[in-house]
Amino acid sequence: MTAYRYDHEVIAQWIEPGEKVLDLGCGDGTLLRHLVEVRQVQGYGVENDPDKLQASVRNGINVIQMDLEKGLVGLEDGFFDHVIMSLSLQAMHNTQGILHEMLRVGREAVVSFPNFGYWRHRQSILNGRMPVSESLPHQWFNTPNVRFFTIADFDVLCEMNGIAVRERLAFDEGKLVLEEPNFLASVAVYRLGRAA
Amino acid sequence: MIQAQSVGVVAPQRADFAEPLKLRSGGQLDNYHLVYETYGTLNAERNNAVLVCHALSGSHHLAGHYADDPHNVGWWDNLIGPGKPLDTRKFFVIGVNNLGGCYGSSGPNQTNPATGKLWGADFPFVTVEDWVESQARLADRLGIARFAAVVGGSLGGMQALSWSLQFPERVGHVAVIAAAPKLTAQNIAFNEVARQAILTDPEFHGGHYYEHGVVPARGLKLARMVGHITYLSDDSMAEKFGRSLRHGRNTYSYDVEFEIESYLRYQGDKFAGYFDANTYLLTTKALDYFDPAFDYGGSLPAALARASADFLVISFTTDWRFSPERSREIVYALLHNKRNVSYADIDCPAGHDSFLLDEARYHALLSAWFDRIEV
Repeated sequence: MTAYRYDHEVIAQWIEPGEKVLDLGCGDGTLLRHLVEVRQVQGYGVENDPDKLQASVRNGINVIQMDLEKGLVGLEDGFFDHVIMSLSLQAMHNTQGILHEMLRVGREAVVSFPNFGYWRHRQSILNGRMPVSESLPHQWFNTPNVRFFTIADFDVLCEMNGIAVRERLAFDEGKLVLEEPNFLASVAVYRLGRAA
Repeated sequence: MIQAQSVGVVAPQRADFAEPLKLRSGGQLDNYHLVYETYGTLNAERNNAVLVCHALSGSHHLAGHYADDPHNVGWWDNLIGPGKPLDTRKFFVIGVNNLGGCYGSSGPNQTNPATGKLWGADFPFVTVEDWVESQARLADRLGIARFAAVVGGSLGGMQALSWSLQFPERVGHVAVIAAAPKLTAQNIAFNEVARQAILTDPEFHGGHYYEHGVVPARGLKLARMVGHITYLSDDSMAEKFGRSLRHGRNTYSYDVEFEIESYLRYQGDKFAGYFDANTYLLTTKALDYFDPAFDYGGSLPAALARASADFLVISFTTDWRFSPERSREIVYALLHNKRNVSYADIDCPAGHDSFLLDEARYHALLSAWFDRIEV
């Protein structure tokens, strides 16, 4: 998962200095450490994998062990300025539940995910094979991903759930995509809020 | 990384204090002494000291062994030593026998200077806060203005937490392991059964059994048996003993039939042979009294606002004495105050006792945490 860290730059631009930030599925803590360094955030990671948790501790960030499928139980409403989930939403079963929880404990949510509607992925399916790419690096039989959705799908989900899309940036393997993102972008990064 | 080693031969030291110590109970110790051990070397900056607080039946003897007693290995020897997670090549580690203990510090089995007789039941009630106060005075004596870390498991974890509240400026990092912010009614209930076992033993003599040349061994044994049940998980007991029968069949007697009975009796007898009943009473009361949120209307977030250390909180999935939920209360209260805190719920089958084991992920996590502490 190291190839796609350009979403970190986008995320950092949306964070104000000194914010309270929660990073769900923080892995080894690379993003949070970056945000501490460039934005001086008071940051907390959430991780349920013991090895990644240990890596986060070694990386010098705060990390809380929690099973995200069970929500963010115990965290206070509106406590965080931003709640981030970088390239992990597609690996969760309780998609709507976690989005709701992110916007419960955070003023805004930042979500990035691989776009299954990317043209190379479509081409792969047309050729009769499940896509394997830079943004979807796993084979079908060993992927941690459990939800397969496109940028268009996600927009509909937000609409259905009263989630306001405040900003969206889409990328084709690191390059900004301005037109036809659902076809041309491999990864999307969203800034979300609660619809008024 | 060198091969993890033992700290080798160690020897306890003693510090005497003439300045009276006011106690939470309203009582006072006019003078007292503490027995302690140290491992590693205090560096020139005096910023590499780590205090390890002990639990109910623990002592100052954390690591290594004694020259005249090579089998008496410190209770946290698997954690502390050169190349171990709490690495004595980097840190100066200190273990203190708490006041009221029975391993040499002022306590019921020591002489009351005012009377020339053993304290017995006259030794005053001591609390977690009193222990921390006395430990701070020992730190003064050793020239340690600020600990790099204070760590402990169970009741030791409560002391570590209390350190962060009583002396926030004197502790950089705090590890609270298999602990709780206060006891539940169920926890207190188990303690009360243990105390009643001791208090109703005919050999207790109101706590002055030393003068009668006896010890309330039956009561202490029962207390330990009850305690031991709470230290293990249902699963680990089932795995270790199940319903195994000593004689392979029911014998219809009150002698040992099930292996678990044999185990509990053995543990109880062993404990009653070396531990002091008055210390057991005092220490369970210290556990019961611990409740830093009490003075804040029961609000733990309000109580922890004073803390400024970097925290590591660890629980164990099968610990039902101090369940993971109790550790999470501490984590959320620290989070509320925007304190630096990491939390792990370690998957280990051994129940409350897990904190004493060298479970790989548990020790790897502690290694990572100790490694990042700059000295």
